[in-house]
Amino acid sequence: MMEAIKEVSWILFLIGGIVTPLMLCVAYLTFAERKIIGAIQVRIGPNRVGPGGWLQPIADAVKLLFKEIILPTHSNRFLFVIAPILSIGPALAAWAVIPFDNGMVLADIDAGLLYVLALTSVGVYGVIIAGWASNSKYAFLGAMRSAAQIVAYEIAMGFALVGVLMAGGSLNLNDIVLAQSGSILHWFWLPLLPLFLIYFISGVAETNRAPFDVAEGESEIVAGFHVEYSGMAFAVFFLAEYANMILISALAALLFMGGWLSPFQPLPVIGEPSIIWFLAKTAVFLFFFLWFRATFPRYRYDQIMRLGWKVFIPITIVWLLVEGAAIVAGVGPWFD
Amino acid sequence: MTFEKFIFYVFAAILVFAAVRVITVRNPVHAALHLVLAFFTTAGLWLLLEAEFLAITLVLVYVGAVMVLFLFVVMMLDINVAPLKEGFARYLPVALPVAILMLVEMLLVVGSHYFSDERMPAPPRHGEDYSNTRELGSVLYTDYVYPFEIAAVILLVAIVAAIALTLRRRPDTKYLNPADQIKVRREDRVRVVKMDAESRD
Repeated sequence: MMEAIKEVSWILFLIGGIVTPLMLCVAYLTFAERKIIGAIQVRIGPNRVGPGGWLQPIADAVKLLFKEIILPTHSNRFLFVIAPILSIGPALAAWAVIPFDNGMVLADIDAGLLYVLALTSVGVYGVIIAGWASNSKYAFLGAMRSAAQIVAYEIAMGFALVGVLMAGGSLNLNDIVLAQSGSILHWFWLPLLPLFLIYFISGVAETNRAPFDVAEGESEIVAGFHVEYSGMAFAVFFLAEYANMILISALAALLFMGGWLSPFQPLPVIGEPSIIWFLAKTAVFLFFFLWFRATFPRYRYDQIMRLGWKVFIPITIVWLLVEGAAIVAGVGPWFD
Repeated sequence: MTFEKFIFYVFAAILVFAAVRVITVRNPVHAALHLVLAFFTTAGLWLLLEAEFLAITLVLVYVGAVMVLFLFVVMMLDINVAPLKEGFARYLPVALPVAILMLVEMLLVVGSHYFSDERMPAPPRHGEDYSNTRELGSVLYTDYVYPFEIAAVILLVAIVAAIALTLRRRPDTKYLNPADQIKVRREDRVRVVKMDAESRD
């Protein structure tokens, strides 16, 4: 028992070591979003709080902490309070299997990819329960939209990940990255290009980000599933959304872009694998998220459903067959 | 009591509680959510059995997909609980013997006669290089490949049947063809009329 307590406290320490930087990233991702979208729209963005606006996320957090949390009448109190927690829990728990560098991972489990897929699919409960417990029509509509959307895109995403595990020959994220070593042409983005694109677009849809943010849909259903939430409860939904964005970006970097492997791999010094490469790739994908939001108008709901079911799923199935044939034929340099 | 046993009892207690609540709670949405909790704790118990692939698949398939659709339907329906409870006394004379019979059957099978410690000792722990996913795959695609393929075909038939059942013409449904929408050019929709400015009177 003593041994177990010691081990659990060490794991808790490691969790703190992952979650604290992650939360800081989330805070400054909101700042980056406002600055970048500001720049794209030829505005300045937040620049008042602190030098150059750098304390803006802190000010936002303090403001949200001190706001009142309002419980709507006839809402289901227990579910109303637990919904944001169910939303952020999976978003953080998925980081347990993310390797930041070779072997630098909290839980080096063999079914890592499956674990990530399972947890991202559990995240939808926060949205559904929030929508139902709020006892509000707008929130409920948002929850229904989100549920249908996430179920649709999860299938495409799952198929894309099946392609990755076929190419990598493992469900362990560490092994998948190591299977991509060689050069930038050995990374899985090239043989799995359609799956890569589908994975990332499905990731945008799964995180309810623009242009797939119909669950919020300000112009149609006010703020969707979190219309009744205020103060810290709202902030937790916000944190979950951004933590999910970082997770999807990190996974795209790991699964298709060689994780911590260097793009100049055969060369000395700059060809060395390093955590810096992983963070840089994740940052590039995060920039795509913000760029999408500033560029594309919101998809119409039936178009989202059509894209998920009638376009993405057939493409992934066809590409899995192509990939299977390539593996049997031993097409180099990936499958020999 | 080892730490593992402690975790087992915590999970088992939550599971039994959740399972009982599924059938006793009045609100159907709450019942569905308790079922989600039951699946989740079952997955936790399976993890203790070193069956991580099955445990994660349980969460992925049942919690992540099946129960989401289930909740989707249950939330849309406005189920009135009172008529559901009405039949309780009427069905009791039939239900009670069935329940007792099932209980006796389960006691006979699961009882200590077959599952005592001597007959069913705890399986030895596997080493660190043991992979449940690999073991399952190697058995599924060699020894049991025919049952596996047949199950896959049956599922495919079920999918086709489900789609065929809902595939009916609805004349009142407005349907947009995206290909036509994309083809639309400005000239198809906008007509610029040149005319002289008119005076006020």
